Amino acid sequence: MRNSSLSRYVALIPSSVMIGVFFAIPFALILMVSVSSPADDADFRLGFDLQHFQRFATWFYIERALFSAGLCALIAAISMAIAFPFTYFLTTFKRRAQDLWLIYILAQLSLSEVLIAFSWQILLSRTSGVGNILEMLGIVERSFSMAPSAGAVIAALVYLTVPFSVLLLFPALSRMDRSLLEAARTLGASPVRTFFTVVIPVTRPAIISGAVTVFVLTLGAIIVPQVLGRPQHWTLSVLITDQAIFNFNMPFASALAVVLLALSASVIALVSWLGRRAEA
Amino acid sequence: MTNHLTRRRFLGTAAATGAATLAAPSILRAADGPLRVGTYGGFFEESFSKHIYPGFTEATGIEVESLAVPTGETWLVQIKNAARAKTAPADVGLMAGTPRREGAKQKVFKTIDAANIPNLANLNDRFKDSYGDGGLYGVGGVSWYITLCTNSDVIPEAPTSWTALWDSQYEDQIGLLGLATNSFLLEVTATTFFDGTDILATKEGIEQVFNKLSEVVPNVRLWYKDEGSFQQALQQGEIPMGQYYHDVAGLAAADGFPVVSTFPKEGGILDSGYWVVPEFADADAKTAEFLNYMCKPETQATLARNLGTAPVIDPSLTDLSAEELAAVSSNIEPIVPRYEMYGEHGDFISDRWNQMIAG
Repeated sequence: MRNSSLSRYVALIPSSVMIGVFFAIPFALILMVSVSSPADDADFRLGFDLQHFQRFATWFYIERALFSAGLCALIAAISMAIAFPFTYFLTTFKRRAQDLWLIYILAQLSLSEVLIAFSWQILLSRTSGVGNILEMLGIVERSFSMAPSAGAVIAALVYLTVPFSVLLLFPALSRMDRSLLEAARTLGASPVRTFFTVVIPVTRPAIISGAVTVFVLTLGAIIVPQVLGRPQHWTLSVLITDQAIFNFNMPFASALAVVLLALSASVIALVSWLGRRAEA
Repeated sequence: MTNHLTRRRFLGTAAATGAATLAAPSILRAADGPLRVGTYGGFFEESFSKHIYPGFTEATGIEVESLAVPTGETWLVQIKNAARAKTAPADVGLMAGTPRREGAKQKVFKTIDAANIPNLANLNDRFKDSYGDGGLYGVGGVSWYITLCTNSDVIPEAPTSWTALWDSQYEDQIGLLGLATNSFLLEVTATTFFDGTDILATKEGIEQVFNKLSEVVPNVRLWYKDEGSFQQALQQGEIPMGQYYHDVAGLAAADGFPVVSTFPKEGGILDSGYWVVPEFADADAKTAEFLNYMCKPETQATLARNLGTAPVIDPSLTDLSAEELAAVSSNIEPIVPRYEMYGEHGDFISDRWNQMIAG
């Protein structure tokens, strides 16, 4: 018994070292830079200075952080609402059809955020976008531009995250015990009722972990909000990029990044706490 | 066309590109190898390789290795990182205003011995950057203008004043650069409404200018950070007016797009790339020869004809015709960015700017 647990620890060493090197060290560096102070003859000097966090603590930046969290929560919800029914039906398809769909969805993940943002920009433009189709069909009188706008940001981010959601939901839904559904139907539940009272509760852990993953993923999106949104739709990530690249303010960029990390961590912690409480 | 877009491009991915380039090991070179010259990648770098370097090699016997460098801010990071390793990523390179001030503050540029560059006399003092102790570190290379550009299909009569940006008839129809440090709109507002940029010397003055500038916000449809986004919209008439680069607008017009670049009566914005020598570069003699060649009237004329940039020397020294000169510049006194302001009040301006455009 002792031996096997020891060997398990030994087996964990390489991966732990990797995680330490690739995650802990950069994070420690960001943390160090976020509390450093600016210097005239260098970018910054290491030390302990909370001025960058003080600069964050104004309504403008707090409002940006709350907006970012709200936007990402909305994207996670929409993305799950689209991906869940789709994945549910996908698991009822024949194996070959499932594979083809999964390959197609996986392929979408190879498109970069930059490419997607600029494609949507063209798609939503007045001169060469979907507005022209609406005009042709007589739905609108004259083609109009749909970007930059909040709707454009949401549409493109949902497009970006639906493949992730499908992939995150697929294992749970394909492993789900179908006899539960048969039992529900035999007992007289309608398909809709079965879906809401059996399918969703049974797969709830996958839905929650999927939504959290999409939330965290969207928090890091930079190009879509910047290209398709107006400045009031720019997320904290866009502001971090501005500070790091254009304003030479690495300490403030790091402080904003620490806030962003704290935001993700607290959402993950909250969700897992709620999950544990629901189980208990 | 895409080539023209890459040079001053501001895109979030610049960071990633920069990081990747930084990871590449620096190549050790022989002391008497070619002179390594860095210019903005894309159209700039191609034009320099094709139209400038062969003539320089012919005149001096010095070979040039042409390097494509990223836009100012990322390029400065590369120079700084190389300096930490006691090397230089190029012997001499172009760098724009704001990052140049930042680099000078940290002294990452070598002092250039002006005595070895007789043609420096052709340059206006504005195009010579010196350290506090008088040591020269930046020499004007090329200039470009940011002007008021319109789509002539949508706006047949182009406005001739920057005040058009404030005109309510253009509500939600204007495209402006998305950063205080690359749009220079504070300088534009100060020149248009406050008799010049002197008001920007104090924080209170900057605040006053911001209050006036905030009035343009309802008219702005797009605050762009990369040239490509706006160029597309301007050419198609999607966003029929905005501030844009005079040279690229001219190229678009030459390609048949209904784009007109107008020098407003208050002046176009004049931004420039200066040659700087990164710390630890050790080709001083060759670099001096190169800078001397770049300050020659003939070289400046060649640049104007082939890159569409404005000369950094008095145009009367060149053989450029009136038409050629009009194509790249204007007689109207330009609005010159107050680069030092962004160093001094950087945080205040960036916060105030973000609040303004999101407002």
